[in-house]
Amino acid sequence: MTANSADSYQLSSALCLVFILLVPFAIAGLALINTGLGRSRSAAHAMTSALCVICVAVVVYFVCGFAIQGYRPTIILGGAHVLLPTGFFLRGLAWESPISLLSLTGLFSVALSSLIPVGAAADRWRLGAACVSTIFLAGVTFPLFACFAWHARVALLNFGSVGFIDAGGSGVIQATGGLTALSLAWLLGPRRGKYSPNGMPAAIPAHNGVFVLFGCMLAWIGWLGLNSAGAILYTGLQPEKSVLVALNTTFSAAAAALAAAAVTRVRFRRPDASLIANGWMAGLVASSAGCATLKPATAILTGLVVGVLVVLSVEWLEFGLKVDDPCGSVSVPAMGGIWGLLAAGVFSGDADQFMAQLVGVATLIGFILPITYGLNWLLGRVIPHRVSADGERQGMDLHELGADAYPEFVVHADEFTQR
Amino acid sequence: MKQLGFLLLLSGCGIVIAAIRLLHGGALSGFILAGFAVEVLGLALFARAHLPVSEDNG
Repeated sequence: MTANSADSYQLSSALCLVFILLVPFAIAGLALINTGLGRSRSAAHAMTSALCVICVAVVVYFVCGFAIQGYRPTIILGGAHVLLPTGFFLRGLAWESPISLLSLTGLFSVALSSLIPVGAAADRWRLGAACVSTIFLAGVTFPLFACFAWHARVALLNFGSVGFIDAGGSGVIQATGGLTALSLAWLLGPRRGKYSPNGMPAAIPAHNGVFVLFGCMLAWIGWLGLNSAGAILYTGLQPEKSVLVALNTTFSAAAAALAAAAVTRVRFRRPDASLIANGWMAGLVASSAGCATLKPATAILTGLVVGVLVVLSVEWLEFGLKVDDPCGSVSVPAMGGIWGLLAAGVFSGDADQFMAQLVGVATLIGFILPITYGLNWLLGRVIPHRVSADGERQGMDLHELGADAYPEFVVHADEFTQR
Repeated sequence: MKQLGFLLLLSGCGIVIAAIRLLHGGALSGFILAGFAVEVLGLALFARAHLPVSEDNG
């Protein structure tokens, strides 16, 4: 390595590290959004759950997640590589190598992914069950799909010579978390009072819109770092081209938020703040997969489509499928993530690239969803997921934590729910 | 219906993975699309099995 190339390598690594260190803003933003969209009587519980699942996720990822994600097939039997995980407890990691950057990106990514199910199961998921369920996400589903999508030597999702693109984790981080959220929403059932006996849903409004919208701003910063770091590490993008990634990320989010505002304005006669926030987040999510390969115009198109899709998806889940998802944690990450993966193929102009993206989506729906549903179903046989009816009526803050988030205010009336 | 949907999800994924490993050219695309269609059918059945029974429907 010459002196110039060594300097260039060190500069790239340093820039990539700065991008990675922005990712916790996305985590903080998502935690705020989940808290704001929930009820006031479960606000402290939502934040505590967020913190606890992040803790569990990073520890499990340290113990076995990274090893499963980054395994090196070292034994060949009958021509087939036998899965032989190495690197448990991050052992043998060279801290000066790019692998250490991968471990940090993976750590923050799994923390972000683990927050997604907390939003779908808000106001009724026990803290203990959430922590144990996160072990499965951080130790099994996330690293498995990350291995398929991000590990170049596995190439399970390749279509011929064309590789699957997921630079910022639309599939690995978002769709994996979103499908886990869908499984939990199914297993837990709707919140008490959400549906009347004849199946009509009640509107349970967000308790703090400012949290939600501020969370969106924080998430923007985090996503700029996440997509830029992912593009450099997983697609080999030159660091100086990360301006394109930042532009695509921002254009997609802006277009999606505007599309969501327009759709809600037409359908409900006024823009809906929580759906605009969902649109913004869905734009960020959808931008991730193709952030390094899309052109700015196609990034805007990606955002416009997902902005419309997310509003329709929220309604369809609530009214059609009777899935109670208080924070849009299924529509935004799962629907947005899957569209982002497909958009990276559609706008590449290469039919083979679209097929590679379709293989990735098929793996998510046909492999990750059954695994996460099955594991959480089994967990539910041992540790009940759902809090008791009394606990739900009382509020998660008082029932599980013994103290309210807002003790000075009496905000526990069930005026918004059907009896 | 839930079990059938679950099996269809896994079967669809099996078709896709097997096609990637064993086929080339046009047949590969065809089998991937077929496997994906099986998954969509499985997902629809699985989602339908989770619909609560309302009082109106008995």
